[in-house]
Amino acid sequence: MAKKTLEDLKKLREQGRKKRDLVKSGTTSKNIQIIVGMGTCGIAAGAGKSFDTFIAELDAHNLDNAAVTQTGCMGLCYVEPTVEVIVPGMPSVIYGEVDGEAARRIVREHILKQRMVNNHVFDRPAVDIIQDGGK
Amino acid sequence: MAYRNYVLVCGGVGCESNKADQIYQNLLTASVANNISDEVQIVKTGCFGFCEQGPVIKVLPDETFYVNVAPSDAEEIITEHLVKGREVTRLLYDTSQSTRNVKIDGLDYYQKQFRVVLRNCGVIDPENIDEYIVRDGYAALEKVIFKMTPDDIIREIKTSELRGRGGAGFPTWLKWSFTKDVNEAQKYIVCNADEGDPGAYMDRSTLEGDPHSILEAMTIAGFACGADKGFIYIRAEYPLAINRLKIAMDQSREYGLLGENILGSDFSFDIEIRLGAGAFVCGEETALLASIEGERGMPRPRPPFPAVKGVWDKPTVINNVETWANVPVIILKGGEWFSKIGTADSKGTKVFALTGRIRNSGLVEVPMGTTLREIIYDIGGGIADNKEFKAVQTGGPSGGVITKDFLDTPIDYGSLTALGSMMGSGGMIIMDEDDCIVDVTKFYLGFSVEESCGKCSPCRIGGRTLYNILDRITKGEGELADLRKMQEIGEAMKKASLCGLGQTAPNPILSTIKYFEKEYLAHIKDGRCPAGTCKDLISYHILADKCIGCTACARKCPTAAISGERRQVHRIDPELCIKCGVCMEVCKFDAVFVR
Amino acid sequence: METVNIKINGQPVQVPADYNVLQAAKRMNINIPNLCYHPDLPAWAACGICVVKMENSPKMVRACATPVSEGMGIITHDPELHAIRKTVIELILSTHPDDCLKCGRNGSCELQKLAADYGIREQPYEIRLQDIPRDESTPSIILNPEKCIKCGRCAQVCQKLQGVWALEFVGRGDETRIAPAANLSLDDSPCIKCGQCSAHCPVGAIFERDETEMFLNAVNDPEKHVVAQIAPAVRVAIGEAFEMEPGTICTGQTYAALRRLGVDTVFDTNFAADLTIMEEASEFVIRLTKGGELPQITSCCPAWTDYMEKFYTDMIPNFSTAKSPMMMQGAMTKTYYAEKNGIDPKNIYSVAIMPCTAKKFEITRDENMFSSGHQDMDLVLTTRELSRLIKANGIDFMSLPEEEADSLIGAYSGAGTLFGNTGGVMEAALRTAYNLVTGENMEDVNVHVIRGMDGIRKGEVDIKGTKVKVAVAHGMANVSEILEEVREARKNNEEPPYHFIEVMACRGGCIAGGGQPYSTTDNIRDKRIAGLYKDDAMSVVRCSHDNPEIKYIYQDFLDKPLSEKSHHLLHTTYQYRPIYKK
Repeated sequence: MAKKTLEDLKKLREQGRKKRDLVKSGTTSKNIQIIVGMGTCGIAAGAGKSFDTFIAELDAHNLDNAAVTQTGCMGLCYVEPTVEVIVPGMPSVIYGEVDGEAARRIVREHILKQRMVNNHVFDRPAVDIIQDGGK
Repeated sequence: MAYRNYVLVCGGVGCESNKADQIYQNLLTASVANNISDEVQIVKTGCFGFCEQGPVIKVLPDETFYVNVAPSDAEEIITEHLVKGREVTRLLYDTSQSTRNVKIDGLDYYQKQFRVVLRNCGVIDPENIDEYIVRDGYAALEKVIFKMTPDDIIREIKTSELRGRGGAGFPTWLKWSFTKDVNEAQKYIVCNADEGDPGAYMDRSTLEGDPHSILEAMTIAGFACGADKGFIYIRAEYPLAINRLKIAMDQSREYGLLGENILGSDFSFDIEIRLGAGAFVCGEETALLASIEGERGMPRPRPPFPAVKGVWDKPTVINNVETWANVPVIILKGGEWFSKIGTADSKGTKVFALTGRIRNSGLVEVPMGTTLREIIYDIGGGIADNKEFKAVQTGGPSGGVITKDFLDTPIDYGSLTALGSMMGSGGMIIMDEDDCIVDVTKFYLGFSVEESCGKCSPCRIGGRTLYNILDRITKGEGELADLRKMQEIGEAMKKASLCGLGQTAPNPILSTIKYFEKEYLAHIKDGRCPAGTCKDLISYHILADKCIGCTACARKCPTAAISGERRQVHRIDPELCIKCGVCMEVCKFDAVFVR
Repeated sequence: METVNIKINGQPVQVPADYNVLQAAKRMNINIPNLCYHPDLPAWAACGICVVKMENSPKMVRACATPVSEGMGIITHDPELHAIRKTVIELILSTHPDDCLKCGRNGSCELQKLAADYGIREQPYEIRLQDIPRDESTPSIILNPEKCIKCGRCAQVCQKLQGVWALEFVGRGDETRIAPAANLSLDDSPCIKCGQCSAHCPVGAIFERDETEMFLNAVNDPEKHVVAQIAPAVRVAIGEAFEMEPGTICTGQTYAALRRLGVDTVFDTNFAADLTIMEEASEFVIRLTKGGELPQITSCCPAWTDYMEKFYTDMIPNFSTAKSPMMMQGAMTKTYYAEKNGIDPKNIYSVAIMPCTAKKFEITRDENMFSSGHQDMDLVLTTRELSRLIKANGIDFMSLPEEEADSLIGAYSGAGTLFGNTGGVMEAALRTAYNLVTGENMEDVNVHVIRGMDGIRKGEVDIKGTKVKVAVAHGMANVSEILEEVREARKNNEEPPYHFIEVMACRGGCIAGGGQPYSTTDNIRDKRIAGLYKDDAMSVVRCSHDNPEIKYIYQDFLDKPLSEKSHHLLHTTYQYRPIYKK
């Protein structure tokens, strides 16, 4: 990595938006995203184990179009670990209480069958002011 | 493949008790009957909040939000909404009628939360600078360096009316302009990340989830005030946050967004992490300065204020994590955008850590002016285990309690202070009928007493004296004069303590005496703890007509205080009983009670 | 000076712009009570008693830490302030033993006075005393943590004024105490025994080691021949204990009081100060003219020598080897005086009345303090201890006649008396050095260039063409600036920046030593110093080398300055001492 210019930053943002659109339209190779909340609270509740389970389960099903990444706290401390799952063509969903078993079910049902997993879906807490610019 | 629609039925405890399960079943039946079960998935979810208006149903992807749904409504939702595509308007959450929804830029949101500070938390990978940049990260820094003057920046912050989120609510722009106006070559920018209130973790989560926003904001302030050096003072007990900050700093240095000649400009700014040893008082800004300088963390008298004479007597802007996290958004979206959120007194949002006897504990961010009721019931899902709400404690050990009568108070700096509590840094602890107010007060005061630096006599001596009085009261050894004495000492501490810790430490006492004097008197005059938690004032007994002599309690009792033959009524020996409550827990016949 | 207009209790007043509210009120003769503020120190703002209100604000601020500003309105007294102050005082009292009758500060305790002023008749709050043992490890100072009210003055003095950092805040919350770091005893700490902590303590928590009983035992022992000496600084301060103005010269009364107390012979340390000058000036002239380690640094302050041995060991060769006047007097008493009067020195009990607590440590600091073959000095009493003795023995100090010291080692010159204040040793030494070099006395013996109260003063004195560069520092924390200059020059192989440096540990010099009457401020320092300069100015003999008894003793006994006998009796050596003993 080198020092960035204004132009570089602009490019980064454009590429990022393009990539996001690609994910939405399902036209990129890694079009499924599993984002695990890995704040102190999530980690304490076992998010690390869920993270590993996702990777193992994806491997077991030879799903190489899904990326597992980490993020900070989503705010739903009462149902940690929390995970956001983005699958093309489906509304993105926040799952709570994602232990190993739930992680496996999310892969088998949500990702493979595009069925949401009962009892683990939680509401997104707020609108995104960055993506929507106020809406 | 994917379903056309997903109908999310809230499966939280509150909705369940209102027949959410029946609704779920009816929806399933109706979807089969209408032949859409291959197109529409009925999903049972976790709690959505809004428990007072439950059961609630949300239809995706169109985000339709139905409230107060009855099992009989299921059929209509399926046939009208999901078959014919027409919303069932009578069940819609009425944002126009409700005063409790969020209005931003003229648009309504059913969600009570509005995330400015936490905009990236739970969204981006905090260890990947690119993800931050893609979400407009460092765009505010670009803007200030290339398009704004220091005065422009301070004007923008002034327009936003942003006030410090550490608790006291001092106007942020004013601090910045004080520092900017001092003619000194060396100035400093400090991020106060010494979060220490019990039950508060807003700052930790922000740093863990979005470290770059803090770096960007501090750099902006450096540019505005003419500082080239920043310190993040953070508790050593936050290893993950520290690690992510370090990664973020490395990445932004590599990108040229921190360090010499930022983005190729003449402006240079760098940041150093200073670890605190977890002394609560070091969150007080003058004590924090002393600690950064390597001295014992004790508050210093003000004036001089840090903005004029701070770290090593150089002008220093100190803001807390949450304040900083607002800054890039204000620069990008404008102070005016920001000032439209909130109340006349307080603009923007506030992050709270919602804990205690609440169903949905968690980190919430709401516009200023949101009521406690909305936070507790619509977001927090109400009181756990269907218990009775008793009070909410805000402001941590510096704050006070707010009772049921004030649940509809719109929260801002002024309104909480008027109620005898304070905004504080954002801890919000919910109490129910099982919480003894004297005991809870003792807990908070005990915290302040443990954390007192010992410098000034009102806090050092007054705090311990108050604590010991409370301790006596919880043991049934209180006297009527104690209430007056506590108020006397409390007033002296408030007025004569040197720093915020001591000045606010008596708040929990003063506020609980004000709102719960009866409960104090029950302890003092009747030797009774109405909540049944003060061990010295309660005793466990077995009801003869309920006990069947199953021996479960006797087998679990750790001190063998329970005696009785099998199939005979048992009894508890008060001499041996240590009031641990195990017997009550294990009794399946509700035969054990507390008096 | 820039001034601002403020209102105090509605009354307009103009005060200097650098005043705090406490000082401004004082100017209007309004006393705002406080326990932790001391004019010597930056406001520490701990006690919480000096709170005042600003007009139109419900908040209270601390008067000590609030600078005045144009247009400000202050309320110093009203019922609410009274109530708050009273509660705070009661809280402090709840952690302070109420054994006032048996306390060394009975009658001079600032907390006791406040309790009296506020009419405190009962203790409403739970009494909680800290159970921490006393620290009696040093010969000079005793810490009694049970009485400590954590006002922080001692730690501030030790750290900010003296730069020693022996006393620190330890622990937190209500377990806070003031003590050396890491559970060390004071004796194992960097403490230099200057006693400034004890002089600034508002209560009885830090105290000079009281040795008045040893004195009484000696004077009541028929076998003992008790000889006393009084230090220069004592004479201008002891009167304060008897309601006299600071700076009143009470030399004769003090001699008289000592005799009433049973002392057999009364000498004056000032005589030995003249002797010190003879030795020290001669040493300086040799270093200056024949080549030797420069600068020469004065060594008569025992707290300073202790500090140097710990923190500036590399300066040992620069120290004058001359003993302090007290120790010279002690050595002469048990040799020359004993011999002349046919008294067995082992029966002599030699007592010094000193403004200083470090002097109690000095008398046994190393083997050079036993040059007479006995312990040269047996006892040191501070000015405060002597005052108590005088009162306890029913002596009406005010009406005592002015008596004379005993000869042959009792008379002194004006130069000798100047040892008691900052700049005085330097001035005395220069008077004699000038004479030693030129053979004649200075035209004007008043060396104005080094007088005053600035923490560091630098000057140049012309000794017939030789420019002698001198520096004076007082208040231990000020010394580092000058010594660092010396170190820097040495490192760069440059000429030393000074030829002669005088250091006194206490601000103002011995007149404000750790054993002097309480409540010393700069105002009182000025008056005591003025007293000593007056004593000098009134002296017929202004230079040490002109003191007839000095001349005689060299003829009769010592031969000449720096003679072998002088070296044995009047000079000492220095050694490295660790800052922390453990």
